Amino acid sequence: MKNLTLLICIICLMAPVAFAQDMEHEPWTCPEGYEGQTLSIFNWSTYIAEDTVPNFEAACGVSVNYDIYESNEQMLARIRQGNPGYDIIVPSGGTVQRMAEEMLLIPLDLAMIPNVANVIPDLLGAAYDPENMYSLPYQWGTVGVGYSTEVFPDGISSWDQVWEHDGPVAWLDDRQTMLGIAHLFLGNDPNTTDADEINAARDYLIEKGGNVVTVAADDGQVLLERGDVDIAVEYNGDILQISWDCECDDYAYAIPEEGSNVWIDNLSIPVDAPNPELAMVFIDYILDAKVGADLTNYIWYASPNQASIESGYIDEEILNDPAIFPPAEQVANLFAIIDVGAEAEELINNAWDELLIFLGA
Amino acid sequence: MSDRLRRLQQNGSLLALPTVAWLVIFFVLPLLIVLVVSFMTRGRGGVGQLPFTPEHYERTFGVFFIILQRSIGLAALTTVVCLLVGYPLAFFIATRRRLVQQIALFLVILPFWTNFLIRTYAWRILLGEEGTINGILTGLGLVGEPLSLLNTQFAVLLGLVYGFLSFMVLPIFASVERFNFRYVDAAHDLGANDVRTFLRVVLPLTLPGVLAGCALVFIPSVGAFVTPDLLGGTKGLMIGNLINKQFGGSGNMPLGSALSIVMMALVMISLLVYVFANRRDARA
Repeated sequence: MKNLTLLICIICLMAPVAFAQDMEHEPWTCPEGYEGQTLSIFNWSTYIAEDTVPNFEAACGVSVNYDIYESNEQMLARIRQGNPGYDIIVPSGGTVQRMAEEMLLIPLDLAMIPNVANVIPDLLGAAYDPENMYSLPYQWGTVGVGYSTEVFPDGISSWDQVWEHDGPVAWLDDRQTMLGIAHLFLGNDPNTTDADEINAARDYLIEKGGNVVTVAADDGQVLLERGDVDIAVEYNGDILQISWDCECDDYAYAIPEEGSNVWIDNLSIPVDAPNPELAMVFIDYILDAKVGADLTNYIWYASPNQASIESGYIDEEILNDPAIFPPAEQVANLFAIIDVGAEAEELINNAWDELLIFLGA
Repeated sequence: MSDRLRRLQQNGSLLALPTVAWLVIFFVLPLLIVLVVSFMTRGRGGVGQLPFTPEHYERTFGVFFIILQRSIGLAALTTVVCLLVGYPLAFFIATRRRLVQQIALFLVILPFWTNFLIRTYAWRILLGEEGTINGILTGLGLVGEPLSLLNTQFAVLLGLVYGFLSFMVLPIFASVERFNFRYVDAAHDLGANDVRTFLRVVLPLTLPGVLAGCALVFIPSVGAFVTPDLLGGTKGLMIGNLINKQFGGSGNMPLGSALSIVMMALVMISLLVYVFANRRDARA
């Protein structure tokens, strides 16, 4: 009798698991032949779930070295000096392009990565890597406006509200993003390399920036929190963070309807990687519906994985947050930053310096 | 005896060798590199490459000119305010009893115990829209709307004066302390009133301290970048901020070098003014 109770309990406990597996998803299985091998991952800090790596090690019978960095430049500098032995890196869009041009990336063999089919089609073929020859999306986010809900009870839906606001505003010190937004208004390509268009965008921003009190490096959310600005142009994660911290509705994040910048961090394989085959197996693993969902549920960034989203593995709370997952009609208006080359880079830098000077003049 | 002296002199120059080597390797050579780079063309990633060009200097004196002007203006104003506040304070301290002097000097140096960055961040909290100062002012009903204090040139001036006031007080204190107050009695005896005594006797004799203080305040103020970065926003941008930007991720190192050279020239000019004023003063 006692044994029977125990058995029922075990069945009850296992049922949801079995059900979930039956539903549609086979757990990811590792291709054979990698037992005993080693994979070295170089990723941003606090950017992976606790069990992502251990589960991979168990599935493939491999061991993983895991190392972290804080910025694209830091990672780029390490690889430029000669890859110290990493198989996987996570560069942002523009950095993928720069590294590809400098021959620092190994082309992906998409045949080894069947889960590429899980990726949201709109996030494939980005301008920085049109054929996805070197990169596949890891997580993504946006630049938008964080605002005080007290000042804007009806929310913000247009950049015009930012330009015309009678009160202090902070912009993000991200030259390509800010000029790109101006390009959208002027009907130009956000990544244009044309000198006249870049200068026109500069003039547009100078004209609209009368209410800008500071062009913040990456602390606009703090200014918003302190009440020093009513609007801060920022990365979505930063604004979400102050909302979670205060557990209040005082701040909100919106992507204005005209469009904005979308950034994608990508999985890539650096040149001279000791084990590129296993790296591609790892990319396939990350792009699995369940693995990708577990990752997103842990780090609260937007998943590029359609299958993760559709399978219901991602928490409702995250999926329904338009600040993390913007609705499809907004995604269509987002632009990615590409590496524009040295010449346009200088034009953009000059325009940005001039903008900073004239905003305060 | 003369042998010993010669040997001592030889050893003396040998003793200076590490310092000279240090200065050549870590100061003179880098300075020359900066000078060369400032004439190069910007290459990929912001580094300098050939051919040589004067364009960065043209930009420095072109679009960047108003920022140069603002930097000099703010640094000069900082120096004047520090002098107006610092001179009476130094005079007060120098004329107290020994114990009071020591306590007062200790208090002047006390802020240095806290990191400058932290103290500047503290001003952000004090000056903010919902900050301490606005809280008190609106609480007392002195102002209806909170004042915009942060992200203004006023905030930068305040931060600079706060940061560099001690550099003005200490050298003036040293001068006043050495001043022989019997000269004041003599001036009075000879019929000079207080104002005349101060202008003709006290001020000239404490001028070395004043000049040293002005140089010590003006030079770091003109190149300041933390203070304008944290307190100035768009309105208080200074030359140090623009130089800082040129050396980041995708900046422009040749332009940054040219801006640095111009700033060094400014500092050099103010030092020369200091040296000449001092020399004339010594002769007088």
